[in-house]
Amino acid sequence: MDRTNNSNHDVPFTYVSLPIGPHEDEALVESRGKWKARPVVFCGLLVLVSLVAFNGYKGSNGNITTLTSNEDLKQKTIHSHKWKPVSRGVSAGVSEKSNRLFTKSNNIGGMLFPWNNTMLAWQRTAFHFQPEENWMNDPNGPLYYKGWYHFFYQYNPNGAFWGDIVWGHAVSRDLIHWIHLPLAMVADEWYDQNGVWTGSATILPNGDIIMLYTGATDALVQVQNLAYPADLSDPLLIDWIKYPKNPVLVPPPEIEVYDFRDPTTAWLTSQGKWRISIGSKMNKTGIALVYDTKDFKTFERIEGILRAVPKTGMWECVDFFPVSTKLDIGLDTSARGDDVKYVMKVSLDDDRHDYYALGTYDENGVDFVPDDTNKDVGTGLRYDYGVFYASKTFYDQSKERRVLWSWIGESDSEDADVAKGWASLMGIPRTIVFDKKTGSNLLQWPVEEVERLRMKRCKFHNEKVMPGSVVLLNIGSASQLDIEAEFNIDKKDIEKIKQTNEEYNCETSGGAANRGALGPFGLLVLADEGLSEYTPIYFYVVKGSNGNLKTSFCSDQSRSSLATDVDKSIFGSTVPVLEGEKLSLRILVDHSIVESFAQGGRTCVTSRVYPTTAIYENAQLFLFNNATEATVTASLNVWHMNSAFINDKQVKLKS
Amino acid sequence: MTMLKPISFLILIVCTNFVVIECRTIQPNDENLIQQICKKTPNYALCIQYLHSDPKAPSADVRGLALIMVNVMKNKANIAINKIHQLIGKSPPDQKEALDNCADNYNAIVVADIPEATEALLKGNPKFAEDGANDAVVEARGCENGFKGKSPLTAENNAMRDASAITAAIVRNLL
Repeated sequence: MDRTNNSNHDVPFTYVSLPIGPHEDEALVESRGKWKARPVVFCGLLVLVSLVAFNGYKGSNGNITTLTSNEDLKQKTIHSHKWKPVSRGVSAGVSEKSNRLFTKSNNIGGMLFPWNNTMLAWQRTAFHFQPEENWMNDPNGPLYYKGWYHFFYQYNPNGAFWGDIVWGHAVSRDLIHWIHLPLAMVADEWYDQNGVWTGSATILPNGDIIMLYTGATDALVQVQNLAYPADLSDPLLIDWIKYPKNPVLVPPPEIEVYDFRDPTTAWLTSQGKWRISIGSKMNKTGIALVYDTKDFKTFERIEGILRAVPKTGMWECVDFFPVSTKLDIGLDTSARGDDVKYVMKVSLDDDRHDYYALGTYDENGVDFVPDDTNKDVGTGLRYDYGVFYASKTFYDQSKERRVLWSWIGESDSEDADVAKGWASLMGIPRTIVFDKKTGSNLLQWPVEEVERLRMKRCKFHNEKVMPGSVVLLNIGSASQLDIEAEFNIDKKDIEKIKQTNEEYNCETSGGAANRGALGPFGLLVLADEGLSEYTPIYFYVVKGSNGNLKTSFCSDQSRSSLATDVDKSIFGSTVPVLEGEKLSLRILVDHSIVESFAQGGRTCVTSRVYPTTAIYENAQLFLFNNATEATVTASLNVWHMNSAFINDKQVKLKS
Repeated sequence: MTMLKPISFLILIVCTNFVVIECRTIQPNDENLIQQICKKTPNYALCIQYLHSDPKAPSADVRGLALIMVNVMKNKANIAINKIHQLIGKSPPDQKEALDNCADNYNAIVVADIPEATEALLKGNPKFAEDGANDAVVEARGCENGFKGKSPLTAENNAMRDASAITAAIVRNLL
């Protein structure tokens, strides 16, 4: 790709095309709207990089030198003893599959770190969907209708923790700017008295909207219910009617009454019937039940199951949809054809992760068969390697794309949630397409509408980052950012290092403090200048025994906060990097949520970060390279992101 | 032919034994269940002790045992809260902040963790019960670690932590 030879004297707004994901042919559009006038003075496009000598993680002594002159670019070597590996402590009696909260035992010196309102207030996001207060979990029934995107969600109107669940509702023109509407459904019938739980929408060819959802009955049985809009001429779909003869489905005799929930969007069979799936389990085998219907009122249980995988436990929030193997568009849920593959996705109750598999679907045999049985439903690929659960897609017919919503829970303690008065976010909606280059995974990418929030851009080109160094990017306050970056390791460095049998695993290999020959390197987000708190998002490359490079992409929360009651795991996974590809990433930073995407969305990691110091104007962004051998060259665009002002708009109807 | 009678009698005895033995392991109201479940918790002895203190335990299934433990958690939380209230009035100034923090920790347990765990178990969505129990461990630890010198609530925090850890381990069997 051609690049203008960037120097300090660049013309403002010079556009450099970085590979940005599936839509590689689209130009990076400058953000529209009010923010066209940009201050030229500031960071802008000058390669104004100041270097900070890294000085140990508990804050600095007097040794920090800040260099401001461009001619004086010296990089300080970071002595390896400053990057202390994380002491994981003893987790007595805790099985590997235990909830991550149980391992939040990083108790550094027994310090009390009380949260104050300033720190807590900072945690609210600027452009991610969240209600004004209280608890939210699963996304429900997303759909596009009469010019509006509709979003429903599991909501507790009474507190910042799960319970008393009803359906919240919001609408948007662009999946980014949301208007809160009154609750769509509450627990006012015997068949959902104990919970109006997760469900999915199906839009029929005649324009009818069908909502199937799980209700927890007065007798604590999980059943499926039908609801539909009271008035289809109301584009805001404010009022909903529950079918008077609910429930339309009860647990079959061989299924526990507690293991029957989260009906999918329906798809048309070749017989002209509508088919849905509902996740469940038999002992510890996760299964997906199948039902057919003509009218969504009476259902026929189809013999067999869509898929079963032993030892995966209960399958929640099953999702099943086609993807095109040829085109970069989404497909209607009922699409079929030669150039179509199927995706089956489940949320595993057991480990709170979302897994998917690509495969083929045999309608007659009612069988989903994964392309790779070693990467089956629930044992193989995950949409996201961080905090990401109960996700659900819908087909957006207005833009011919498949869009993925996901619940992002908190990683802090409940007393902080109670104090701040809310808990949980939604991720930025992502488009999903088949990765034609690898043929074995999906690509996810934030919907393009999020780019409308981009304001001032800071560009850095071919920044050389020596082994063991940290580079402050002088962009100003760094709590709301959209970052696109590319990294290149010097070929000579790759050639000269030895091959190794090293197996790198983001979760267990010690994070960014653990130095290798060719990694880690990347960015430090939500970092304060003294580096007492920082969150590395990084690549780690290993040269394997056959000379091939294997790349991991990780998000390291182990030093993200001085607080002792937040989760400090390290998340991530390997990411396929094909011949000729540079290492590329995108990061959305929005206060306490960081969403990272590698290689155009092949591997994604969402994390929750709760700094106590690296907040407001103290939040900064650094480049870093903690490899021992590799010199890395980085080019980035960093945009400041506007707020989406989501909680400024509420529609209150007269009661 | 005369062999048949004793043989069939023998077969009858054997089969009856077999049935009786098998039935023993099928019944939910079985001490074995409590022992099996408690073996998978971090503190077997404490688990046995807590469960045996509830008359409903012998006839409870796993869900029922988890609910019993949530009740134990509630008792431990209330004991801690009472002690915090007693201490807050008369504490030395260097403990005041830590005690206020403890009040917040235990408030979260009582207002959020326990109701969430109870509802989750009753309604068949056990992961939220595991979350609630795990958080209670974090809250108890947070309270304990807040004291610069010696904590006046060590016994109460340990009890809270232990009961919560046992609860979380029992809930894991439902996932």
